[in-house]
Amino acid sequence: MAKRIEVSDLNIYYGDFLAVEGVNVAIEPRSITALIGPSGCGKSTFLRSLNRMHEVLPGARVEGKVAMDGQDLYGADVDPVDVRRQIGMVFQRPNPFPTMSIYENVLAGNRLNNKRMKKSEADDIVEKSLRGANLWNEVKDRLDRPGSGLSGGQQQRLCIARAIAVEPDVLLMDEPCSALDPISTLAIEDLMTELKERFTIVIVTHNMQQAARVSESTGFFNLNGVGQPGRLIEFNPTERIFSNPDEKATEDYISGRFG
Amino acid sequence: MTTTSAPPSPPQPKRRVGDRVFAGTAKGSGILILLILAGVAAFLVSEAIPAITAPAEDIPGGEGLAHYVWPLIVGTLLGAVLALLIATPLAVAIALYVTYYAPRRLAAAMGYVIDLLAAIPSVVYGFWGLAVLAPTLVPFHEWAADNLGFIPLFEGPASSTGRTMLTVGIVLAVMILPIISAISREVFGQAPALHREAALALGATRWEMIKMAVLPYGKSGVIGGAMLGLGRALGETMAVAIVLSGGGAAALTLITSTNPSTIASNIALRFPEATGLGVNTLIASGLVLFVITLAVNMLARWVVNRRADFSGAN
Amino acid sequence: MSTDTPTALRSSTPTQGPVRVERRLPRFAPLGAYLAGLAVGALLSALTGFSVTSTLIYGVVLGTLAVYVLTRTVEGRRKAADRLVTALVTTAFGIAMIPLVSLVYTVLDNGLPRFDAQFFTNSMYRVVGEGGGAYHAILGTLIITALATLISVPIGLMTSIYLVEYGSGRLKRAITFFVDVMTGIPSIVAGLFAFALFTLLFGNQVRIGVMGAVALSVLMIPVVVRSSEEVLKLVPNELREASYALGVPKWRTVVKVVLPTAIAGLGTGVTLAVARVVGETAPLLITVGLITGTNLNPFDGRMATLPVFAYYQLTQPGTATQAFLDRAWTAALVLIILVMALNIVARLISRFFAPKTGR
Repeated sequence: MAKRIEVSDLNIYYGDFLAVEGVNVAIEPRSITALIGPSGCGKSTFLRSLNRMHEVLPGARVEGKVAMDGQDLYGADVDPVDVRRQIGMVFQRPNPFPTMSIYENVLAGNRLNNKRMKKSEADDIVEKSLRGANLWNEVKDRLDRPGSGLSGGQQQRLCIARAIAVEPDVLLMDEPCSALDPISTLAIEDLMTELKERFTIVIVTHNMQQAARVSESTGFFNLNGVGQPGRLIEFNPTERIFSNPDEKATEDYISGRFG
Repeated sequence: MTTTSAPPSPPQPKRRVGDRVFAGTAKGSGILILLILAGVAAFLVSEAIPAITAPAEDIPGGEGLAHYVWPLIVGTLLGAVLALLIATPLAVAIALYVTYYAPRRLAAAMGYVIDLLAAIPSVVYGFWGLAVLAPTLVPFHEWAADNLGFIPLFEGPASSTGRTMLTVGIVLAVMILPIISAISREVFGQAPALHREAALALGATRWEMIKMAVLPYGKSGVIGGAMLGLGRALGETMAVAIVLSGGGAAALTLITSTNPSTIASNIALRFPEATGLGVNTLIASGLVLFVITLAVNMLARWVVNRRADFSGAN
Repeated sequence: MSTDTPTALRSSTPTQGPVRVERRLPRFAPLGAYLAGLAVGALLSALTGFSVTSTLIYGVVLGTLAVYVLTRTVEGRRKAADRLVTALVTTAFGIAMIPLVSLVYTVLDNGLPRFDAQFFTNSMYRVVGEGGGAYHAILGTLIITALATLISVPIGLMTSIYLVEYGSGRLKRAITFFVDVMTGIPSIVAGLFAFALFTLLFGNQVRIGVMGAVALSVLMIPVVVRSSEEVLKLVPNELREASYALGVPKWRTVVKVVLPTAIAGLGTGVTLAVARVVGETAPLLITVGLITGTNLNPFDGRMATLPVFAYYQLTQPGTATQAFLDRAWTAALVLIILVMALNIVARLISRFFAPKTGR
C-alpha cells in the first residue's frame, strides 16, 4: 500500500517561469510529511507536481525526477491518469460533486472510470471509506442526499472518503483545513493520524502548529524575492525543525520574524 | 494536453484513446464552424459568378449588375441607418432606466419585457408594421411633406399607404432596440461601484453620477451594441419585405411611395419566382449584403472586445 | 456642470444646525404637474379633434416641462436637470412599451377568430376559400426545427467544449471571433448558403425540408456555442481538479462531471436558440418553399412551415381575402405563443434543473 516517494533535482515551470527550483527530498511511507512556508513559495505547486496535477494548467511542466518506489512518474510511457489513481489528493476547499449524492460522491472515482461492481461491493466500499474518514455515523441515514448539503468540515471528510475509496498509495493534502473551523480542523487532524497507518501522507499547511502536531517530517520552502523561484530550504524531522533548525531562514520563519 | 507551446524538452505525455477521440471531435467541431463560414462565402461566390461575368443586358433590368444592385444598397443602408438613429438614444435611455431608475424589484422583469421584443419573429413585425404602423403614420407623412418638404429627405409627394422607408425604419428600430439596450444595460451595470459611490458621496445628483461615472465607462459598449444592431437591421428581411412598397430608384427619400427596396427584402420577394441568371443575380446581391454585414459585425466585435480588454472586468 | 456647482450649492437656503436643509418640492408636486399637464393636453387635443394619443403626447410633454420649471425655481438647476432626465428615461421606457403592447393586442385581436380546432387539424389541401388550417405548416415547422436542433447542438456543444476545456492559442481565438461574426449573418444569407450548397450537390430545382434545417443551423450554431461556452465557464475548476485527482481521464471528467453540473444552463441555452430560429421566415422561404398538403418527409419535396405559411396567407390572398388574412394572423399568433412558450420553458429549466448546491 503506502509507498516511498523520491524527488531529485525537480524544477517546476509555468510556461517560461521557473516556479520551484532544485528540490531533492525523500518522503517516507506510513508517515505524515508537512510542507510549510510563506505564501507563493511554491509548496502547493510542488505538492501538485507529485501526482502530475500540476500539468493540468496550460503551459505547466517539470524537469527532473519524481519516483514512487523506484518508478519514474514522469517517464515517457507513464500515463498521468494512472499516476493520479495511485496518488490521491484533497484540496483546500471542499469540492464534492454537486450533481451527486453522498453515496455517489464516495464512489465517484470508481463510477467515473466506469468500473463495474456489484451493489454489495459498492456498499462495502462506501461504508469502509466513510468509516475511514470518520463520517459514517453522521451520514449513514442520508446517503442519497446531495453531498453539498453537508457542513464544511463534513464536506472535507467526504472528499477524503472519496479520495481513499480508490485505494491510493499516497494521499496529498493541500491546506485541507484552511477553510474549516477549529473543531472540524481537529477532526481532520485526528483522521490524518489514523490514515497514516495505511497511506503516505503529504500535507501543505500554513498553520505551523498543525505541522508540529501531526507530522513526522517537515519541509520548509522559501523564496528570495518576488519573481524568484521557490526552493526547499530545509527538510528534517519535525521536532528538529521546530526546536533546532539547521537554517537561519527556517528559524526566522518558525519564530515569526518573517512572513 | 499541456505542451502545445512549451519547448520540446519534455516528452509529449501519453494520451488515452478516449481523450484523443474526444478532444479531436471537439476540435473538429470548432474547425467545422470555420469551414461552414468559409463555405457560406465560397458557395455564395461560386453561385454569384455567372451573374458577375454575364453581359449587362442579360441581368434583370438590362443594365448590368452594378445598376441592379446599387439602388438596393442605398435602400438597405438608408433603412438601417434610420433605424439606428431612432433606436440608439431610446435604447440608451431604456438601459439607464432599467439599471439606475426603475424600482429595484421590478428592474429584472422590465429588462425581461424589453428582451421579449427580440423574441417576436420578424414576420410578425412585418404584419404589425403593415396593419397598424403604416396606416397610423399616414397623417405624419402628409404633415412632413407639407412642413418638412424643404429637407430633401422629406420631399413629397407623401405616400398614401404609409408603406415607406420611414415606416420601415421605425419597425427596424423597434426590432434592434432590445439588442442595443441589452448590451448597454450590461456595460452600464458593470460601471465600477467605487466610481459611482464616489460621485454620489461628492453630493452629485443621480444624473450627475451617471454623467460622471457611468456614461464614460459604457461609451464603447454602447457603440459596439449599436453596430450589432446596425448589422441586424441591414440583414432584416421579412419585416421590410412585407411593409415596404419598394422598387424605386436609388433616391434618398423617406416618405414617398417610390423607395428603393433593400437587398434582403428584394431577395425574399423575387427569389421564389426567379429562374436562371435571375437566381445568380439575387445571390450576387446576397453576397454584397454578406460582405457589408460581415464588415459591420467585425468592426462591432472589435470595438466591444477592445473595451473588454481595457475594462479589467475579467 | 462643474462651473455652476458651487453657485448651486451656495444659493440653497440658510442653514439651521449641522445639516443644511434645502428647500424641496412636496412629494406630490411632480404627480400634480403631470395631471395638470394631461388636463391641458386634453384641452389642446380637443381643439384639433380629441384623441387619446395626442392627449398623452401633449400631457407628457407639458407635465415634464412643468416639473422642470417647478424644480428649477424651487430646488435649483441641478435638481431640475436630474428630474428632467428621470422623466426622459422613464418616457423612453414607456415609448418602447407602445409597440410591444400594440403588437400583442393586434395579433390577439386579429388572430383569435380563427384560433379554433380546425386551424390545428386541417391542412390547406384543396382549400381555396374559407376553412382550412395550418396543421401541415405546424408539423413542418416542428420537423425542420427539430432537425436543425439535431445538427446544431452536437456541433455547437462540442465547439464550446473545445473552447472552454481544450482550446488555446490562435485556433481558439479564431473560432471565438468567427462565432461572434457568425451570429451577425443575415438569415436570408444563411438561406442562400443552403440553397447554393444543395444546388451544387443535387442540381437546380431542389427544394427539400433539410435545406431549411441546414439554413437554420447556420443561424443556430453560433447561439448554441456562445450560450454553452458561458455556462461551461461557470463550472468551478475545483470540480475538474477533484475529478482529475481521482484518476479520471479528461474526457470522462468533461462528460460525467462538467456537463452534468452545467446541464440546466445548457438546456436553457439550447431552448433559447430554438426559440430564436423557430420564427425564421426568410431562409425557409427560399429553401423549403410552401405546399398546401401535408409533407412530413424532410428529405423529399417542399414542406409547409408556419412562418412561410403566415407570410403567403397575408401577401397572396386568394379570392376570399378575409379568410386568408384571418389564417395569416392566427398563424402569427401561434408563432408568438410558440416562441413565448419556449422562452418560459427555458426559464423553468434553469430554475428546476440547477444542481442543488445547498449553499
